[in-house]
Amino acid sequence: MITSRDDVWQKADVIAVNDVADRIRRIVLRPELPRPALPGEHIDVLATVNGEQQVRSYSVVEAPENGGHLVITVFRTPDSRGGSEFMHSLEQGQVLRITKPLQNFPLRVGAPYYVLLAGGIGITAIAGMAALLRRLGAHYRLVYVARSRAAMAYLDDLAAVHGDRFEAHIDDEGGSLDVQALVAGVPAHTELYMCGPIRLMDAVRRTWADRGLDRTSLRYETFGNSGWFDAEPFVVRIPRLGVEAAVGSGESMLEALEREGVDMMSDCRKGECGLCQVKVLSLAGRIDHRDVFYSDRQKASDSSMCCCVSRAVAAAPPTTSGERPAVLTIEVP
Amino acid sequence: MTTSMTTSTTTSTTNSTTAKLLSYPLDAWYPTAWDHEITSKGIISRTIAGRPLALYRTQDGHPVALADACWHRLAPLSQGKLVGRDEIQCPYHGLRYNAAGRCTAMPAQETLNPSATVASYPVSERYRYVWVWLGDPTLADPALLPDMHQLESDEWAGDGETIHAPCNYQLVLDNLMDLTHEEFVHSSSIGQEELSESEFEVTHDENTVTVTRWMRNIDAPPFWLKNMRDKFPGFEGKVDRWQIIHYTFPSTICIDVGVAEAGTGAPGGDRSRGVNGYVMNTISPETDRSCHYFWAFMRNYRLESQLITTQLRNGVHGVFGEDEAMLQAQQAAIDANPDHEFYNLNIDMGGMWVRRLLERALEAEGRSIAAPAPAASSKA
Ligand code: FES
Ligand code: FES
Ligand SMILES: [Fe+2]
Repeated sequence: MITSRDDVWQKADVIAVNDVADRIRRIVLRPELPRPALPGEHIDVLATVNGEQQVRSYSVVEAPENGGHLVITVFRTPDSRGGSEFMHSLEQGQVLRITKPLQNFPLRVGAPYYVLLAGGIGITAIAGMAALLRRLGAHYRLVYVARSRAAMAYLDDLAAVHGDRFEAHIDDEGGSLDVQALVAGVPAHTELYMCGPIRLMDAVRRTWADRGLDRTSLRYETFGNSGWFDAEPFVVRIPRLGVEAAVGSGESMLEALEREGVDMMSDCRKGECGLCQVKVLSLAGRIDHRDVFYSDRQKASDSSMCCCVSRAVAAAPPTTSGERPAVLTIEVP
Repeated sequence: MTTSMTTSTTTSTTNSTTAKLLSYPLDAWYPTAWDHEITSKGIISRTIAGRPLALYRTQDGHPVALADACWHRLAPLSQGKLVGRDEIQCPYHGLRYNAAGRCTAMPAQETLNPSATVASYPVSERYRYVWVWLGDPTLADPALLPDMHQLESDEWAGDGETIHAPCNYQLVLDNLMDLTHEEFVHSSSIGQEELSESEFEVTHDENTVTVTRWMRNIDAPPFWLKNMRDKFPGFEGKVDRWQIIHYTFPSTICIDVGVAEAGTGAPGGDRSRGVNGYVMNTISPETDRSCHYFWAFMRNYRLESQLITTQLRNGVHGVFGEDEAMLQAQQAAIDANPDHEFYNLNIDMGGMWVRRLLERALEAEGRSIAAPAPAASSKA
């Protein structure tokens, strides 16, 4: 589906907030211009971060038929870039600026078999799809993965609604998901929709490719906000421009460079389009590639990176205190 | 869609029935093309209900309807070409899509952008047409296709054509729901004064409207006299003539027409001394001011005669040409008189019920009922 990129901003009243899991808050909005939301749609929200307006995207997790209310569910990330903290500060009665629901992750009706896979807060993009497939009487399986039960929003509701078709995998209860087995078990022509942390999605992508399954039947949405390593501060240098920027753990490299006045190009800001790529000249540390634009081969070469989501980390696991931060030397277009 | 009947209020229905030109429901099947028009050799472009579509057929023979605008820069995919197995290649930068609308190749990168898709609409092939559903895909049930079985039945023979009518689809529905106009528009073929003199009866339910008219003991007009003589060589004398107009939501009208030797029992059901045809009409809105009007004339006698098939198709082609000229003139007059209301007559009863069913469906979809007025600049 073609997402309209028109910035149709509208007002929305915050009409309720409540916690639905550890660090996860459900926010009910009443948009000025109601429009039904389809499974997979998200809204962009203007968040106030350090006194500035920044755009954040959140999946619409519940939407009554007429779109009079939209529900989003926000995870307060440990290394928040400020957006999730702002969202958690909202109270009933406040007014937000939001877009109409936008579609980047459409569910195709008519596949013979579906697997829906949600990791953590990724459930927000997946829950509506599951509800629709259930209503249609489709063959589907809903797989929900997280570190702990306390971190799982909507767990009991989903289990009750989807019955046999639902399975939860909870790491700290010894129930980690076996990705190999999951992918090995899908019948031919299955469409798999997933949203979750990059490790999980990468493991599925590799196994899917190894099995030779149709790559267009593997559908995913990434907001580019989880990596292989925890976010840590690092330094980026552009010798040609004489720029050196410290990238904090709560901001992206793209944002840090923009803050330093570098004229950067970008579009999606979630690691899909490749417009923000920069050339890596030298590297002290390693790159945490968080995008889906580069192939594994390209990521392995570390010769360039998508600076909107990818980061640098110190070479060794960042356990020893006093470890020097990673330093990236790059060239920009 | 039809279960929404009870939700409309009296006030809104009463007011809205006066909308001259109607918007089109989207939760509905619309014909896109005749079966033979869509092939695996090339892509055709056609706009149905305001949505430009790229239409083609897979190697296995399944029709495909993709949105005719590339995800990347919106270039029309219908101007691209079919490549590989059932894929369409954008004519601009070569992105490729499969029949599900999923991008399968991107230039200058080794991965596929996960959001690169174009809409692939549900399609259904039946009664010699390829139908498309542009609204909520989860409601696209083939059981909702209108009954046009005569088009693929061994008991009927005939053929048809498409008219690209320069008017709002509602004007075609109005035209077909009231055939008194035959006396004036089609005076040399099927018109006769008994049409506007005889009484008619209207019935309806949530999905259909039927208008029935019998003219007893009359002279057969030229078109029907010829048909009687094809079946009964040398036929002379009076006939009983019927027109039973069957409308099915949203825009299919199949008209049971014929004449039988007067007094031989046709009104009671014995049509053996007569000739019977079905005028099969199904209309897809294209824009608010144009539509694709698919028609065929089917008969249930002399099935073997290609001569008669061709004569009937050409004859109806001529008759419908007269309608098309009137519809175009009517649309122009409507656009030139934006503030004038329609007045309604007794003869509009069938058409008014059609409007009400359409308006209720539009209300249920939360869409505005009236088609937007044309931009001022497009007026003479
Ligand atoms: S802006 Fe699109 S990948 Fe970075
Ligand atoms: S517009 Fe289709 S590939 Fe660029
Ligand atoms: Fe006519």
